[in-house]
Amino acid sequence: MTPSAWMEFALFLGLLTVLTKPVGLYLGQVLDPRGRTWLDPVLKPLERLTYRVLGVRPDQEQDWKQYTLALLLFSLVGCLFTYILLRCQAWLPLNPQALGALSEHLAFNTAVSFTTNTNWQSYGGEGTLSYWSQMVALVLHNFASAATGIAIAGALVRSVARSAAKTLGNFWVDLIRCTYFLLLPFSVVFAVFLVSQGMIQNFQPYTKAKLMEPIPIQVPVVNEQGEAVLDAAGKAVTRPGTVDEQVIVQGPMASQVAIKMLGTNGGGYANANAAHPFENPNPLSNFVQMLSIFALGSGLTYYLGRETGNQAHGWSVWGTMMILFVAGVLACAWAEARGNPIHQALGVAAEGNWEGKEVRFGIFSSALFATITTAASCGAVNSMHDSFTALGGLVPLFNIQLGEVVIGGVGAGLYGILVFVVLAVFIAGLMVGRTPEYLGKKIQAYEVKMAMLVVLVTTLSILGFTAWAAISPWGLAGLNNAGPHGLTEILYAFSSATGNNGSAFAGLSANTPAYNLTLAVAMLAGRFLMIVPIMALAGSLVQKKSSPPSAGTFPVSGGTFVLLLLGTVLLVGALNFLPVLALGPVVEHFLNLQGQLF
Amino acid sequence: MSQRVPSLFDPKLVGPAVTGAFRKLDPRVLIQNPVMFVTWVGAVLTTIAVFTATADRGFIAQLALWLWFTVLFANFAEAMAEGRGKAQADSLRRARKDTVARLLRGSREEKVAAPDLQKGDLVVCEAGDVIPADGEVIEGIASVDEAAITGESAPVIRESGGDRSAVTGGTRVISDRIVIRVTSEKGNTFLDRMIGMVEGARRQKTPNEIALTILLSALTLVFLLVCVSLQPFGRYSGSPFSIPVLIALLVCLIPTTIGGLLSAIGISGIDRLIRRNVLATSGRAVEAAGDIDVLLLDKTGTITLGNRMASDFLPVPGVTAEALADAAQLASLADETPEGRSIVILAKERFQLRGREVASSHATFVPFTAQTRMSGVDLRETDGKAARSVRKGAADSVKNHVLQQGGQYPEAVGRMVDEVSRQGGTPLVVADGRHVLGVIHLKDVVKGGIKERFAQLRKMGIRTVMITGDNPLTAAAIAAEAGVDDFMAQATPEAKLQRIRSEQAAGHLVAMTGDGTNDAPALAQADVGVAMNTGTQAAREAGNMVDLDSNPTKLIEIVEIGKQLLMTRGSLTTFSIANDVAKYFAILPAMVMVTFPAIAPLNIMRLASPNSAILSAIIFNAVIIIGLIPLALRGVSYRPVGALALLKRNLLIYGLGGLVLPFVGIKVIDLVITRLHLV
Repeated sequence: MTPSAWMEFALFLGLLTVLTKPVGLYLGQVLDPRGRTWLDPVLKPLERLTYRVLGVRPDQEQDWKQYTLALLLFSLVGCLFTYILLRCQAWLPLNPQALGALSEHLAFNTAVSFTTNTNWQSYGGEGTLSYWSQMVALVLHNFASAATGIAIAGALVRSVARSAAKTLGNFWVDLIRCTYFLLLPFSVVFAVFLVSQGMIQNFQPYTKAKLMEPIPIQVPVVNEQGEAVLDAAGKAVTRPGTVDEQVIVQGPMASQVAIKMLGTNGGGYANANAAHPFENPNPLSNFVQMLSIFALGSGLTYYLGRETGNQAHGWSVWGTMMILFVAGVLACAWAEARGNPIHQALGVAAEGNWEGKEVRFGIFSSALFATITTAASCGAVNSMHDSFTALGGLVPLFNIQLGEVVIGGVGAGLYGILVFVVLAVFIAGLMVGRTPEYLGKKIQAYEVKMAMLVVLVTTLSILGFTAWAAISPWGLAGLNNAGPHGLTEILYAFSSATGNNGSAFAGLSANTPAYNLTLAVAMLAGRFLMIVPIMALAGSLVQKKSSPPSAGTFPVSGGTFVLLLLGTVLLVGALNFLPVLALGPVVEHFLNLQGQLF
Repeated sequence: MSQRVPSLFDPKLVGPAVTGAFRKLDPRVLIQNPVMFVTWVGAVLTTIAVFTATADRGFIAQLALWLWFTVLFANFAEAMAEGRGKAQADSLRRARKDTVARLLRGSREEKVAAPDLQKGDLVVCEAGDVIPADGEVIEGIASVDEAAITGESAPVIRESGGDRSAVTGGTRVISDRIVIRVTSEKGNTFLDRMIGMVEGARRQKTPNEIALTILLSALTLVFLLVCVSLQPFGRYSGSPFSIPVLIALLVCLIPTTIGGLLSAIGISGIDRLIRRNVLATSGRAVEAAGDIDVLLLDKTGTITLGNRMASDFLPVPGVTAEALADAAQLASLADETPEGRSIVILAKERFQLRGREVASSHATFVPFTAQTRMSGVDLRETDGKAARSVRKGAADSVKNHVLQQGGQYPEAVGRMVDEVSRQGGTPLVVADGRHVLGVIHLKDVVKGGIKERFAQLRKMGIRTVMITGDNPLTAAAIAAEAGVDDFMAQATPEAKLQRIRSEQAAGHLVAMTGDGTNDAPALAQADVGVAMNTGTQAAREAGNMVDLDSNPTKLIEIVEIGKQLLMTRGSLTTFSIANDVAKYFAILPAMVMVTFPAIAPLNIMRLASPNSAILSAIIFNAVIIIGLIPLALRGVSYRPVGALALLKRNLLIYGLGGLVLPFVGIKVIDLVITRLHLV
């Protein structure tokens, strides 16, 4: 790593640390229905009006079942809404490119993807979606799914903080307050900043530029539905063609990108996502975008400490995440800086592995971005993860498989790591000779059951779908690479979908009915089959009496706890993926060393 | 009951345990334990594979053998734990000989077999009779030999009314005659319950055990998914894995160590309690004992020795302390109460005053009576010594006594009496004739070492509350001396109950001991209520534990046993899960290397061959169960230190140990089986 890389990394960690407390304090005000913010004069009347229109009684709290039901209904309606809009795209306004409607499976996949905060994109950004679809159908979820995540985290934290209570808060209030007081104003400010850096924000049709040097290419043959035509071997059929002009994307980009980062959505406006010069104009915009991915998730750990009256616990959880994060960044940056062993053997090696990276950002900023976006379940990318070295690509994949708990998605990261906290407390808590307690709440059969359900769902979805795809014609048809690298591509797709990350390893033609459907199911499982047990866990915890801390209480802060949590995340969360990783990136790495490529 | 701790591998226990291990291979029994059931299924499938396989038969046969051993070792651990209990149950059962009861019908006596007695029947027992059933003495007083259940040979007194009215079936009356009202149904007597507990026959999984079983089952399911999905991944990669190898990986990954030892840990926890002569009504109570964070302790007998002792001589002006001590000693020579003896001893210690031989011809001892509330001695005039009449007693009695003889009661005495009371002591005023000499300060003596014990409890996060009938002043003084965290003065049974409820409402778990009928509500309310065996039947029914030794201090040991039980489970779970890392490093490279030799550098243990690596891991996995049986039966050692210190220690031993030990173990086994050419 170069000195400038070290400086960038140090600056990133420093700013993140500084941001954590103020963001956490602000979250505390947002998640408290009686909380005060400096936006109250403007937004409070709007908030009250919204309650009145929707018939929400903000003082009426919900138990876990009511809360979860409201959340599920809201997500279902939102998902249907988006599906319908995408299917009707051709007839809707703000469509200067006259883009057609999406196919059933693609619209379904996309609607699910944005509802679940995954933002997996089987479609190609500017080539598929109109301004209307981007600004209405998708952006709704960019806000709502993020607010939902934060709401659940808030409900779970309340369940620990309250003693012998029944209710967890009101979903509608949490949703509306997170949107109005947190996501909207932050996004507006952020978008203005992005525009100042050169990001576009307009409603003009795409412009065209004539190429100085036409490029001959192989064009895939498509049928009437816009799907690739496959030959007998399952490979895409191509015909020769020439490119002599370039279409330059236009549209309301800054407004989309701000919430894409803040809400850890990650769905790019343009197909190239944050590697596109409009979507990520310069190193400063790159740096601030990276910071904004982590900002809310990091602040939530502070909120946890504050609400439960144990700030050291909040920082310990944050610290655990940071250890995993720093280790990931260093590993990824090391592998990428080391470069391709085959190039080195041939004596043509550049400094590091430049394939698939933007020269504007360089190797370290690309590795850092890749680690952040996968640690935080964001999924925006500024480089091609598929082109990383075997070990460099292993880091983003491993991050996702940890369960998206290294900062994680907004809200999702916190409730994800709290599942591991519950397991860590249960396993090790017995070692202090008492029924395990988490901040005074006894961890018993029901809690263990719900926590393990989350682990089971993740494992089942990732391993089950990957295994199915790896031996099915529909799974293998989409592969552009053979051998271990191909396995990694499939594994990455289902890990990303289940972890609600949304980044793609690429190299996999996922816009097929089978992939669109299986990935959508994986996204739904990874989101809602996790949320329901977690809400049940919260419902059980909130009813428990909080026993006061004493010298015999299991400590949930400090070095020992951090080690313990780290061990639990690694042993219970990630150990399950070791065998398949051994057959994927690990074998690929060793074969690369022997000069074999995939 | 036997106090002897059977050695871990006593041949008398090992024999039946080995047969028990085979008997427990029945899948209908094993299904209770999901982890071992999966191992059993794996063993069956591998055994079938031995016959269907086309190659590597010897290797698969060895795998099958070690998988069977894994199940057998786990069964053996459970059988060992049960066997230790059975030995004790047998000695109890001998006490439950069917006896003939003398049933009272009106005034008529009728002989019926003990099992035919109904609840509410009246029976008569005389010297030599075995008490036929649990009951309450409603008439008479008798000494009873309870050695059959307590192991204590000294007889105890049982009498009607009061707090010592409960008798236990199977014990023997050795003097006098009592009438007993039967209080328990057949099959549900104290002895029956005890045998049930010891044998583990009524053992139900405790809440914590259930939670742990869920965790272990879920982990098993997760690893099942891992291994099942490896088959298609293998097919994709062009390196199909054989079923026996996948089963070997599965069994290595699922938490067989803790899964195999879990029930043995639970049984031996109860066993440890019984060996300390405490009978718990359920395993749940033992577990709850580990969670206790408030102890309500009766002052008398637990915190103090139960008797007041002389601690100081306070003379009136003009009298030397020595003269006062001399008179006090003289007045107490014949006083055989502990208070009296303590006065003699204090005088000897302070002033080297020897207990004089006072010939009975010279002296007339005046014993204490409830009317006079004084005791003392009258000495006739001998050898030129003047006659004396020395008295000691409660302040107002002595005052009366002195004034009646025309003496004076100095004001200073009144002040001294008040001062002693204020300090929590009991003042005794001493008078020689009509002269008041001074005051003896009697005080409660706090048991030696109890203060340190409470300090330890505090470190464990347990708060102690002293319960006493004394006035608040006295209580505060003793509480300060004993180092308890809090006290309750002038405690009534209602106040006790109220206190328990308010502690529980604040989220605490409360333990207490009690013996009287009026303790019963509080005992029932407490999370852990330990009834004294000497107590009433009502108290014994209300609590969830009975201490056969009737030693209130034992509550502290009970808490430690509860904690030890939980710690052992947690430590072995951590150990078991941590083991997986090394097992992955042994087996995964071995599996992948067959198709992709390039991965060889991952074989960091340098195991000889893929087959030897897999076999070594599976052997380690089986052998570690046997290796840990002693720990499971004995329990992880407990030290009264804070939670953090305990956690650090156990995490270091069982977490780090669990990470490192299998690397070493598997390597050693690999070296051995390679040398023996087993693969």
